Amino acid sequence: MIKQLTVFLTNEKGRLAAACRVLADAGINLRSLNVADTADFGVARIICDNPDDALQALQHAGYRAAITDVVAVCVPDVLGGLADLLAFMDTLDVNIEYGYCFVNGGGNAIDILKVDGGADVEERLIEAGYVCPKAEDVYNF
Amino acid sequence: MFFQEEFETMPREQLRELQLLRMRDTFKRCYDNVDFYKKAFNGAGVVPEDLKSLDDLRKFPFTVKQDMRDAYPYKLFAVPMDKVARIHASSGTTGQATVVGHTAGDLARWGECFARGIRMADLGPGTVMQVAYGYGLFTGGLGAHVGGEVAGCCVIPASSGNTKRQIQMIKDMGVELLACTPSYALLIADSAIEMGYDPAVDFKLKAGIFGAEPSSDGMRREIAQKLGIRYCDVYGLSEIMGPGVAMECGHGEGLHFAEDHFYPEIIDPDTLEPLPDGEWGELVITTLTRECTPLVRYRTRDISRIIAQPCSCGRTHRRIDRIIGRTDDMLIIRGVNVFPSQIEQVIAEVPGIATQYQITVGTRGSLDYVELAVEMAPDFVFDEIRQLEGLKKKLAAELKSNLQIAVDIRIVEPHTIERSEGKAKRVIDLRKNTGTIRGIGK
Ligand SMILES: [Zn+2]
Repeated sequence: MIKQLTVFLTNEKGRLAAACRVLADAGINLRSLNVADTADFGVARIICDNPDDALQALQHAGYRAAITDVVAVCVPDVLGGLADLLAFMDTLDVNIEYGYCFVNGGGNAIDILKVDGGADVEERLIEAGYVCPKAEDVYNF
Repeated sequence: MFFQEEFETMPREQLRELQLLRMRDTFKRCYDNVDFYKKAFNGAGVVPEDLKSLDDLRKFPFTVKQDMRDAYPYKLFAVPMDKVARIHASSGTTGQATVVGHTAGDLARWGECFARGIRMADLGPGTVMQVAYGYGLFTGGLGAHVGGEVAGCCVIPASSGNTKRQIQMIKDMGVELLACTPSYALLIADSAIEMGYDPAVDFKLKAGIFGAEPSSDGMRREIAQKLGIRYCDVYGLSEIMGPGVAMECGHGEGLHFAEDHFYPEIIDPDTLEPLPDGEWGELVITTLTRECTPLVRYRTRDISRIIAQPCSCGRTHRRIDRIIGRTDDMLIIRGVNVFPSQIEQVIAEVPGIATQYQITVGTRGSLDYVELAVEMAPDFVFDEIRQLEGLKKKLAAELKSNLQIAVDIRIVEPHTIERSEGKAKRVIDLRKNTGTIRGIGK
């Protein structure tokens, strides 16, 4: 399990930029940023190098922020990589609430999944031959 | 336990006869002795003799707070000064003070009204009662004080303030009944806990009679639990008498209105027409036995409803519900009357929503819309959009089913809802004049 930083933002111009500014000022490096939004609010999901410090910085600045446990899985950056993973997840009888992936220059992709209903998802992925990177490796990807 | 069983349990028919008799007498005294009423009655084309049944009351004119201010200081007195025993007055922070006089008889009946509430709490002779309302021109202190004496209690006139000493006396003197405002009761409870006491265990307190300001269900529960007491609500206003106009028996909802001394009506504050029992509206009171400052159809601006169902305690006096607001706070949204306190109550019962809120009412085209901004509770899990959408839907559905209004919910970031002097600005009505902001709970 790795720690995702989750931030609640009203859907107004400049709110996301302001939150990112708070993180930058606190010396936090962002690895990935994924925003889910509706007409009046959005939820920013952030993978960064120091989620605990980032949480503190945001809360101190008055933001509604939290840490959410998510699963990280390495997927070869090839055609069908993600589809195969999701097909496997289907067999585990767990719900994927949301997911996103990020890629580095070296052709590797990390899929981030919020899974509901399986504390042992990580173990079972590893048993099936998937690579679940260590938290530090994701934070410094 | 009754204090004046004959009057408190009088059969309804007989009570209505007594009310009519006393109302007619009151109207005659008003008309004969007070210029204001003579003019008002003449203006409405009525004389006291036109009151042939209680239903005729609706023909008579209302009295409002401004009439009392205009009558400053003695113009509403219906007795000569040698019959006036005491004077109370409102603070007059929003204009001219309102002065209310009491004859010896008025004071005696006031004491009896309050004493009924003490007996409702099953207390009386042998009870040590501490009065922590302020004493003075404000009716709380002396009203409760005389009520306690008339009920046969041993009364400690502590007045308000010096909370540590209050707590020391409650403990050392074995106080069983506390009378004060709800907010002061909570301060006493919290201070006692801070001093290392468990008031529910360490003190002999059995009941509290709390009034003079609004208190929510949550606050009631908190006070009752922390002090380990029965919470008894008291209603009253200085224009009418003071605390004791209605008191809570604890057997059912609401407070028994002292109907042998006061006649309640609920009116629609817009049409001014009386409403049937059970409907919410403005409480209007006609005094039946007041000698010095009798009032005819006084508009209290308090919002309540009459509960006419018989109460299991045996009292026949109808009850009024908890005051849910003031007419000044009332919002009319697409023809439905809504009070900020009602919205507040719905919010409090939806888990996941924090207590801060702000209502904006405006017009889109020809229709009113209501937008409610809320914050999520600190422990609400919000990383999935559907959790937040679910929270909005739940709150909207509760508001729809409880208040019959459609509300657009907006979940906002913490500290978005403006606060002024510690109090949030609860209502923004864009329909009347741009940006008028009204607070509640003044
Ligand atoms: Zn009762």
